Amino acid sequence: MSLSVLAVDDSRTMRDMINLALRTEGFDVHLADDGEHGLEVLDDIDPDVIITDINMPRLDGFGFIDAVRLREDTRTTPILVLTTESSAELKTKARTAGATGWIVKPFAQDKLVRALKMVAG
Amino acid sequence: MSDPMQEIMASFFIECEELHESLVDALQLLADGESDIETINVAFRAVHSIKGGAGAFGLDALVDFAHQFETVMDACRSGTLSIDTPLNELFLRCSDMLSDLIRCSRDGEDVDAATSTGLIAELSGYVPSEDEGEVEEIEFQPMVLDLGELGPGSDALPMDLPPLDLPSLDDSDETEAPELGPSDKARLAVEFRAEGELYESGNEPLFLIKALADLGRCETKLTLDPPKSIDDLNTLGSRLSWNIVVETDMPPTAVHEIFEFAEGLCKLNVVAIPGSAAALTKDVSTEVPVEAAESSAPAPAEAQSSNTPDAPAAAPAPASKPEEPAPIPKPAAAKAPEKAATTPPKTSPTVRVDLERIERLVNLVGELVINQAMLSQSIAEENIPPNSPVSAGLDEFMQLTRNIQESVMMIRAQPVKSLFQRMSRIVRESSAAVDKTVKLVTDGENTEIDKTAIERLADPLTHMIRNAVDHGLEDAETRIAQGKSKQGEIKLRAAHKSGRVLIEVSDDGAGINREKVKSKAMEKGLIPDEAILSDSEIDQLLFLPGFSTATEVSNLSGRGVGMDVVKTQITSLGGRVTIESTPGAGTTFAISLPLTLAVLDGMVITVAQETLVIPLNAIVETLSLSVDDLKPVAGGQSVLCVREQFVPVLDLGVELGYREEAPMQDGTIALLISPEEGVLVALLVDTIEDQRQVVIKGMQESYGRVPGVAAATILGDGQIALILDPNDLVQNATGDDLVITQKKAS
Repeated sequence: MSLSVLAVDDSRTMRDMINLALRTEGFDVHLADDGEHGLEVLDDIDPDVIITDINMPRLDGFGFIDAVRLREDTRTTPILVLTTESSAELKTKARTAGATGWIVKPFAQDKLVRALKMVAG
Repeated sequence: MSDPMQEIMASFFIECEELHESLVDALQLLADGESDIETINVAFRAVHSIKGGAGAFGLDALVDFAHQFETVMDACRSGTLSIDTPLNELFLRCSDMLSDLIRCSRDGEDVDAATSTGLIAELSGYVPSEDEGEVEEIEFQPMVLDLGELGPGSDALPMDLPPLDLPSLDDSDETEAPELGPSDKARLAVEFRAEGELYESGNEPLFLIKALADLGRCETKLTLDPPKSIDDLNTLGSRLSWNIVVETDMPPTAVHEIFEFAEGLCKLNVVAIPGSAAALTKDVSTEVPVEAAESSAPAPAEAQSSNTPDAPAAAPAPASKPEEPAPIPKPAAAKAPEKAATTPPKTSPTVRVDLERIERLVNLVGELVINQAMLSQSIAEENIPPNSPVSAGLDEFMQLTRNIQESVMMIRAQPVKSLFQRMSRIVRESSAAVDKTVKLVTDGENTEIDKTAIERLADPLTHMIRNAVDHGLEDAETRIAQGKSKQGEIKLRAAHKSGRVLIEVSDDGAGINREKVKSKAMEKGLIPDEAILSDSEIDQLLFLPGFSTATEVSNLSGRGVGMDVVKTQITSLGGRVTIESTPGAGTTFAISLPLTLAVLDGMVITVAQETLVIPLNAIVETLSLSVDDLKPVAGGQSVLCVREQFVPVLDLGVELGYREEAPMQDGTIALLISPEEGVLVALLVDTIEDQRQVVIKGMQESYGRVPGVAAATILGDGQIALILDPNDLVQNATGDDLVITQKKAS
C-alpha cells in the first residue's frame, strides 16, 4: 500500500518538484498552497505524513503544525519541515512547534524519500 | 518538453515572474509608505521562494543574490533593521537585478556579475553575509540525511552526545541481550530509549529501527519498564527501550544520522564493535546494560524479542501513543485565525494551459464563427420565415457562438499589471540617467488585454515613457520656477472604453513646444514652409519618420528610434495612438487597442464587384450620396461637405486599382473614417452588404505587408475577402498631404 503524503508549500515549483519526486516513488501525493489550504485538505484526507514549508502566506508552517497537532486525527501524524535554513535555531523552532523532522532545500529525491521512510515507514 | 524536470523548470520561471511581480508591488507599497507588517513578509517570501526554486535547479548566481537580498529583508522583517528611503531604493534596484538574474538564468545568458556583486556588497553593508561557504557546508551536511554516501563533511558531526543514563538495572538480565553468532563483521551496538517527547513529535521507533535494518542485519531486543506502583504511573512517560546490534561497516555517525530527528528526544548510545572479534559481544553486553523485563508486565507479549525489526517488535509503540495527550504550544495557534482575517482573499484557483492549446482553441473557434456565418447565409437563402424553429435555433446558435468566442478570448486576456510594473523600472532607470526625480502613478492595472498585445506593447511603451522622462518633464529648477513640485509625475492608465482598450501615458511637464516642432519639421523638409497647421496637426508631426526635437541627442531617448516606430508598432496591433498636449501642463499619449487580435467587427462592402471588409471601429458614419454632394477642388480631387466641414474623398475602387475613375452616381455610399483625431476622410464604396464579425486570417506570412490591407477573412459563402486598413490606405493614397490639404480647404 502506498504511503499518502500531504505537501504544503506556497511555491508552485517546490510543489511540482515534491510531486514529481514522490509520485515516481509510488507515493500518493496531495498538495496544498499554504497552511490554511493544508488544513482544508486535511478535512478530506488523512495522510501518513505531512511535509510543510515554513514561510507561507495566510498561515505559515509553524501555525500550520500547531493546528495539525491540535486536531484529534492528526495529533501524531509525522510532519517534516522543508527549510532552506540549516541553523540549529530553526531546528529547535521546528521541533518546538511539533515537527517530526526536517528536510533542507534543495533536496535530492533519494534523501526526501529516505526522510519520509524514517518517519512514516 | 518530455522531461518533467524541464517542465518544472519552465514553470519555475513563470512562477518567478509572478513572485517578482508581488515583490515589486510590495516594494512599491513600502516606497509609498502604505505598507503594513504583512508587506515586508510578502516581499521576503517572494525572494525566499525564488531562492528555494533556484537552489533546486542549481542556479547559483540567482541563489547567492536572492540569499543576500532575503537576509537583509529578514532583518527588516524581524525589526532589527528599519526601512528608510535609501534602503528601499536599494531594494528596488535589487529587485531589478533579481529580475535580470531570473531572465539570464532562463535564457542561459551571462549575468552582469559586476552589478550583482556590487549590490550584494551594498546589501552586506546592512547585514553582513554569513561568510565563507565551508563553514555553512559543515553545518549543512548532517541535515540532508546523507546516509549512504558519507562525505568528508560527516566526520565533522558532533559526537558529544550525552552518555546513556538508564534507570536501575538488574545486571543478571545480561543474558537477554541480543545474541549474535560468531561473526567477522564489524557491528554497532545501539541502545535506544524513547522519551515521551519522541512520540509527541510524531516520531515512530519502528521506522527508525527499520532504517537501522537498512544498514545491515539487526538483532533487536525490546525492554519494557512497567510502572512499579500506581504513583509511578505517568501516562506521558515512555516505558520502552531497545538494544540493537547491527552488522555493518558503517561508523556510529550513520546511526546518529538515522536518529537525527529523534536526537534530544531519546537516550541513544552507539558503540562500535570491531570485526572478527566475537568475544567482544560480551563486552558490549556489559558496557551497554540492558533493562529487565519484569514479570509483572501488563502485556507480556510486548517484551518479546525479535530477530527482525518488523511489526511485532515495535507494535507496542503505536499502542502507547494515543494515550499521550500531546502538549501543544498554544500561542502560535491562537494567532492563526487573526492572521487569516487580515490577509487578502485568496486568488481564484488557476489551471496552467499550454499556449499552443489555446491557440488551437482560438483557431477552432474562428472556424466555428465562419461556419456559423456560412450556415446563417444558407438558411437566409432558403427564405425560411423568421419565426420558424430553424431561425430561432439559428439565433441561439449565433448567440452561443459569440459567447464561446468571447470566453475563449478571455482566456488569452491578461491584466496589464506586469507591463506597468516593467514601466516602473523604466521610469526609475531613465529618471536616474537624466537626473530628474520622477514618480510613476499607475491606474487600471487590472484591465485585461490580449497576451500578445501585452508583449508587443512593452517596446512602444518603454519608448514613450523614456520620451516623457527625457523630453516631457522639465528639470527640477524649471519646475520649481513654474510653481510645480520638484518631482515630475508620469501617469500610466489603462481602461476599457467602448470595446477597445485605452492606455494613456501622460506627464505633467511643459507640453509640446509647437513652435519648435513646426520649425523643425520645416527645416527637415517634412512640411512645406507655407503650411498652416492646427495644434493637433503639429502634434502629429512627432510621428513622422525621422523627426526628433531633442536639440542635443541625449543618451536616453535619442537613439534614432522615433515616435514613428512607436506608431508603427501600435498600428501593427490594430491600434491607434493620439497626442494631446497643453502648454505648461503636460502631454498625454493615448493608445487605443482592439480587445482581441483574432476577430473583429467588420462592415462587409463591395467595390467594383469585389467584396471587402472594413473594420467597424474605423467607421465614424455612413452616408448615401447624391451627385451634387461632391465638390471638385483643384488637383482633380473632390471634397464632400459634411456638416459644414469639407472632407476629402477617396474612391476605394480607384485607390485599389479595381477600376478607372468613373463619374459618381446617385446612391453611392460614403464611409466616413477618422484616421486621426479631428480629421475625416470619406471612402466611396458601391454597396454595404452586411455588418458582422470576421475572423482575422493573417497574410503577412505569405504575402508580406500589403499597403492598405490589414488581413483577410473567409466570409459565410466561403469567399475570401480582404480586410482593409483604412488609415494606412488614406496615408498611402496621398501621404499626409491629404489631411493637410483638407485643413487648408476648410
